[in-house]
Amino acid sequence: MDEALLRSLIPGVLGALVRRGADFAAAEDAVQDALVEAIRTWPTDPPRDPQRWLITVAWRRFLDVARADAARRRREDLLDEEPAPGPAVSVDDTLALYFLCAHPSLTPSSAVALTLRAVGGLTTRQIAQAYLVPEATMAQRISRAKRTVSAVRFDQPGEVATVLRVLYLVFNEGYSGDVDLAAEAIRLTRQLAAVIDHPEVAGLLALMLLHHARRASRTAPDGSLVPLAEQDRGRWDTTVIAEGIALLQAALARDRLGEFQAQAAIAALHADARAAEETDWVQIVEWYDELAQLTDSPVVRLNRAVAVGEADGPRAGLVALAALDEALPRHTAVAAYLHERDGNLVTAARLYAEAARKAPNLPERDHLTRQAARLNTSLSR
Amino acid sequence: MAKYLLLKHYRGAPAAVNDVPMDQWTPEEISAHMQYMSDFAARLEATGEFVDGQALAPEGTFVRYDGEGRPPVTDGPFAETKDLIAGWMIIDVDSYERAIELAGELSAAPGAGGKPIHEWLEVRPFLAAPPTITQ
Repeated sequence: MDEALLRSLIPGVLGALVRRGADFAAAEDAVQDALVEAIRTWPTDPPRDPQRWLITVAWRRFLDVARADAARRRREDLLDEEPAPGPAVSVDDTLALYFLCAHPSLTPSSAVALTLRAVGGLTTRQIAQAYLVPEATMAQRISRAKRTVSAVRFDQPGEVATVLRVLYLVFNEGYSGDVDLAAEAIRLTRQLAAVIDHPEVAGLLALMLLHHARRASRTAPDGSLVPLAEQDRGRWDTTVIAEGIALLQAALARDRLGEFQAQAAIAALHADARAAEETDWVQIVEWYDELAQLTDSPVVRLNRAVAVGEADGPRAGLVALAALDEALPRHTAVAAYLHERDGNLVTAARLYAEAARKAPNLPERDHLTRQAARLNTSLSR
Repeated sequence: MAKYLLLKHYRGAPAAVNDVPMDQWTPEEISAHMQYMSDFAARLEATGEFVDGQALAPEGTFVRYDGEGRPPVTDGPFAETKDLIAGWMIIDVDSYERAIELAGELSAAPGAGGKPIHEWLEVRPFLAAPPTITQ
């Protein structure tokens, strides 16, 4: 059975139930139950119309639960209603579901969990495994999130930007757990792009694809990080890069620049270079300038200092870096790199070791420790 | 979305404000303390922020490899060991500020006289997986 196809039907099914009067939380549970049933029965007994099958089974399931729940007598007028015939699923439902699951009243982690379950159709167990927390904890996080949005009207229009932030968070979680969150984020963003025409949605999808295309080359067989300049570009997925670039160009042509398009433009310039030395760093610096105007994020200015170091030499990079707060994450790592490029190997080795102690994750720490060790070894020869 | 370890020390943390050894509390005070700790964990489970909590025996053994074909060497416990972990709680929260807030609440667990212990807890971030997008 095609699980991706099955899961792509979920937003429409859930939306249909909510439109028929089911409350969101109960409808979401019913859809999960219908999915379990589909996975059990479809291999031997495939339905003619999978989406209608899911709606019918989920709706019955919802009614069973509502019937059993004596406290919910006010829903009795729904109890014997069969699903209305005709087109059950609308594009608007899918979009409404994304907005609801990314509602601003939710914390980022709740919005992420709810989106993965209600829009993505992942089970609570899968989401818990992906985020390395107990299943009971994730179940609570999801049910709280459902309660939080229970008063929100389903068809209330939302902000595309909040949805994009949630999808970005899912993608950026990386490849840690059993579930491929990066691939799931791409699937959900693709699905969103199919129901809303917005240059930043296209920009985010392009950004994800351009990074995903480099995935195979990002880590060595032992799990250590491979910096961009040292990656085997022959292993980059050119089909995915081409798709990302095409999406980005179409988005940029509409002249409504946003931060994801700008980030994607930077990723595209890296993807375009057949060798690290061919990277167009001057253009990359220009894009970082655009990005800094759009977000004013200190991380952007730090990355800009790296790009300046490549475009105009390490001294220029160090000057750009000197204007930034030393407490910024990775500030020391950038300083170490620029000092090495400038030939100050003793300073660079000291800074790499210091940066390793401050690293926010294990692969980065190991990478920085190796850089320090490499310089110290060559200095002592 | 980041994990933090809240570490409780038998020894090695600065002295608590209400620093009375537990064996000198009343039994009711001990019960109240235990109840507070389990209520705290239950509340974090309900908010979807709880990952794990464990207590450790105070006495441990040091072990090291002693060469091919030889049994490991054991030593200790050492009375002079400065840092002694009593237990931990692991939380998964949206921000560092939230981790600090929760550690502050845990430190308010009641002790002697039913008053908060104000004990020092150590908050340590986990080293997580690297983000996908870095440049």
